[in-house]
Amino acid sequence: MAGELPVNSNSDVVLVRQHVRTAAIEMGLSLVDQTKVVTAASELARNALVYAGGGQVRIEIVQKGVRRGLRLTFSDDGPGIPDIQQALTDGWTTGGGLGLGLSGSRRLVDEFDLRSAPGEGTLITVTKWGR
Amino acid sequence: MDRVPILKLGDILIVSIQIDLQDQSVLALQEDLSEQVVATGARGVIIDISAVEIVDSFIGRMLATIAGISRMLDAETVVVGMRPAVAITLVELGLSLGGVRTALNLEKGVALLNHIESVQIASATR
Repeated sequence: MAGELPVNSNSDVVLVRQHVRTAAIEMGLSLVDQTKVVTAASELARNALVYAGGGQVRIEIVQKGVRRGLRLTFSDDGPGIPDIQQALTDGWTTGGGLGLGLSGSRRLVDEFDLRSAPGEGTLITVTKWGR
Repeated sequence: MDRVPILKLGDILIVSIQIDLQDQSVLALQEDLSEQVVATGARGVIIDISAVEIVDSFIGRMLATIAGISRMLDAETVVVGMRPAVAITLVELGLSLGGVRTALNLEKGVALLNHIESVQIASATR
């Protein structure tokens, strides 16, 4: 299962969660890993909505040797992140939240890649590998 | 937007979240509950999340906020029925829900509220 979904409203965030859950079940992730990756997806989708005014996510199942993984790629054309290290710090927020979205979702996945520059949007790729 | 119903049982308000929560529903619940706590004079609020598959930082913060608001309105909040996978994920996310009381299920949540009340009465009459 692969596909691209828009993240332009609060109901899109719910849809993203549901699609990620379906994909996670399909590739046989454990219940705990399903819950972690869906939670990370919820945080990142909300970030795209709150900080960039919207974006999209690609959901795909990837293969590395015998291992299968669920990869989510969030992209937006928002203002970008000036200081990535700071943005990844627990408790740091410019949006009035708890500042756990980026730092917390990084802990919930196996691979986390963030590319962003001011004025150039943000691209976040996360992967959760099957055990 | 779906609204979460609030049930009243004696002087306890019970909320069972059965839908996939959107942020707006979460905010509406926060407002509805504070109004109901005052309108009914409830002494306790129980939020059942046994059907909730994920709690992210937004929903987690809402639970903590509801507990804080209720406390100011003289009611205690107990979150019941958290799934093990949700608890594991919340802690890893970095959200420990420090100020929120929890119980394993609805029955234990009611017992906890009764216990809190009896302790409060005992200390008030001492």
